[in-house]
Amino acid sequence: MSPVEEAAARPVTETEPLLRVRGLTKHFPVRTGFRGRSLVRAVDGLDFDVRPGETLGLVGESGCGKTTTGRMLVRLLEPTAGTIEFDGRDITHAGRRELRPLRQDLQIIFQDPYASLNPRHTVGRIIAMPLQVNGIEPPGGVKARVQELLEIVGLNPEHYNRYPHEFSGGQRQRIGIARALALRPKLIVADEPVSALDVSIQAQVINLLRELQRDLGLAFVFIAHDLAVVRHFCQRVAVMYLGKIVEIGDRDDIYERPQHPYTRALLSAIPDVTRLGPGGRIRLAGDVPTPLDPPSGCRFRTRCWKAQDICATEEPALVPRAGGGQATACHFPESGPVAAATGAPAVADDAGPVADDGTAGAGAADGGSGTTVEEVSK
Amino acid sequence: MGRSESVPSGRPDRPAVPEQRSGEDPYLRVRDLRVRFDTEDGVVRAVDGVSFAVERGRTLGIVGESGSGKSVTSLAVLGLHNPKRATITGEIFVGGRQLVGLPEEEVRRLRGRDMAMIFQDPLSALHPYYTVGKQIAEAYRVHHPRAGKREARQRAVDMLGRVGIPQPARRFDQYPHEFSGGMRQRAMIAMALVNDPDLLIADEPTTALDVTVQAQILDLLADLQAEFHSAIIMITHDLGVVSQVADDVLVMYGGRAVEHGSVEQVLRRPQHPYTWGLLSSVPSLHGDADADLVPIRGNPPSLINLPSGCAFHPRCRYADRNGDRSRTEVPELRPAGEDGHQVACHLAAEERTRLYREEVAQVGVAR
Repeated sequence: MSPVEEAAARPVTETEPLLRVRGLTKHFPVRTGFRGRSLVRAVDGLDFDVRPGETLGLVGESGCGKTTTGRMLVRLLEPTAGTIEFDGRDITHAGRRELRPLRQDLQIIFQDPYASLNPRHTVGRIIAMPLQVNGIEPPGGVKARVQELLEIVGLNPEHYNRYPHEFSGGQRQRIGIARALALRPKLIVADEPVSALDVSIQAQVINLLRELQRDLGLAFVFIAHDLAVVRHFCQRVAVMYLGKIVEIGDRDDIYERPQHPYTRALLSAIPDVTRLGPGGRIRLAGDVPTPLDPPSGCRFRTRCWKAQDICATEEPALVPRAGGGQATACHFPESGPVAAATGAPAVADDAGPVADDGTAGAGAADGGSGTTVEEVSK
Repeated sequence: MGRSESVPSGRPDRPAVPEQRSGEDPYLRVRDLRVRFDTEDGVVRAVDGVSFAVERGRTLGIVGESGSGKSVTSLAVLGLHNPKRATITGEIFVGGRQLVGLPEEEVRRLRGRDMAMIFQDPLSALHPYYTVGKQIAEAYRVHHPRAGKREARQRAVDMLGRVGIPQPARRFDQYPHEFSGGMRQRAMIAMALVNDPDLLIADEPTTALDVTVQAQILDLLADLQAEFHSAIIMITHDLGVVSQVADDVLVMYGGRAVEHGSVEQVLRRPQHPYTWGLLSSVPSLHGDADADLVPIRGNPPSLINLPSGCAFHPRCRYADRNGDRSRTEVPELRPAGEDGHQVACHLAAEERTRLYREEVAQVGVAR
């Protein structure tokens, strides 16, 4: 990694990072065509740090690699390349046994509160499981600790013996949070923890997470597609596109002074309840291209209204701008407050072949790298 | 509605602006709609006396959380409930025709031609075994029995092009799995619009999509509405989407309408404590990011065991201001001061206005 990138990823403080990620990469091999093999470049060289007690938001659209990243951080997936350092130790390829003590400090909350709780176990057993697996006998007994946890997440401690189906979606997510808290972790990876919940319940859970973060000094990697939710929870935000971080910075920088065109487009696409009627939006053409065959150079160039020749040939590095912690991977970064972005040129909705190539899933319509499904259709 | 059965191209044959634009005769009028399901656990009153109307060229947003009855309402309008399991009463007038009690065969003839639906999940709404084009052409031929295969194909290709799918002729022969999420949703919109329906019901059409694609689809729906002058019902839980596309808003809770009015009235000068709660729960891109959100306490009610009186009273912060009324008496939807604005709440109008100004408008996006 270049020194520049090193500088970009390092937060502007002396505190040693709790989590230090360098060049994190995950490629999934897939079968393409009749005999061909190819790689889905789900995550392609991420650098970022999370300090103790800090909340980092990973945002981006589906397929940008944010969930894959989260799963690698808690080692549910094996990274293809790069390193993950947690609390000063390299855990990139740590084995099961080495990981066990680490799991106490590093927990995950899943998106789907229906699928992530065992329906045949009582709530008490679900929350006690991490304690048992790690052979921890809390002072006062397991039951007392579990009831304490239930109380912390705002559930009735007497519901210890109930089963997950007796709880609503929001309550189940609270159970998942209690389970993640059981081992007093230092870092929690939360993968879309509120996106399956109703609006009124979503606000309850966000407030709960904020409270826990403040009171327990927890660090979070908060994965979400909803930028408004992230704004209310995260101190720092990394915007991902097709397996890369395109912009990273403090919350106010990202939301008030975004520099990457993609960040601007993403922000302007969010329908805002404070504005009635269709506002001035940046219209992005087409869909996200397939990670099987990402565009050369800057991966966003096929949908970017500022793209020039250099964008196709040279990949922009994640470079810090104007001091501070904000870094942008763009050859032509924007400047100024976000309001200026609404005047950006609207891209025509049907941008011809580009949009077509981008219709992922089957993807790669540009010959050569035809996938299985593409072959079938021919 | 003078429909020619052999429109070769995509252009509709009726005038772009129908005569009945004046507003005295809305295309869809629903009055006191009730949908009841008898289940083993008891009677579920999924929709309990809901009334609304949608004119051509206008969009009604129906907002509510899960179990509020918003989807059941739209399925009732389309006649998609199984008559053996659902009991539907009330009036549903579509283009002047009462649908409740109409034989299934006749509703089927209207469905897909005069009214169509866009579902949340296009992957499960499109048949995986048939090409996208074939499904759209079939939707056309069902209602145009005299149309030939080639004509239907042409019509489907035109529609695919119209909804912004590049190379529609090539795309015609592809299967749903070869389309991306946004393209699939476009294809479903093409299928819904292939017969130029006057009423389009979109049930969370963008919930499964990414925001940049959602923006494309919302723009597309607005463009198509301007072109076809159809009435649209947009069912969503996302107040941001509503604020962008709706002319009127109906807020549902526990199977009943709690607030109804123009988008200005409901989102800018909301009158019901539930609407206040929704607005203050939504995280926003503006305002103080460090302030806590103000959620609605508790959970949405179970329709089998709806709270007595005002269904919202266990979660309402102001429920105790009326003695026992909130617990015992179901509030009716009454005019809320401004023209067309209605609210179902026991609080006195002056008190609501005062509470909103003093307590609610201070927090969240309601500001």
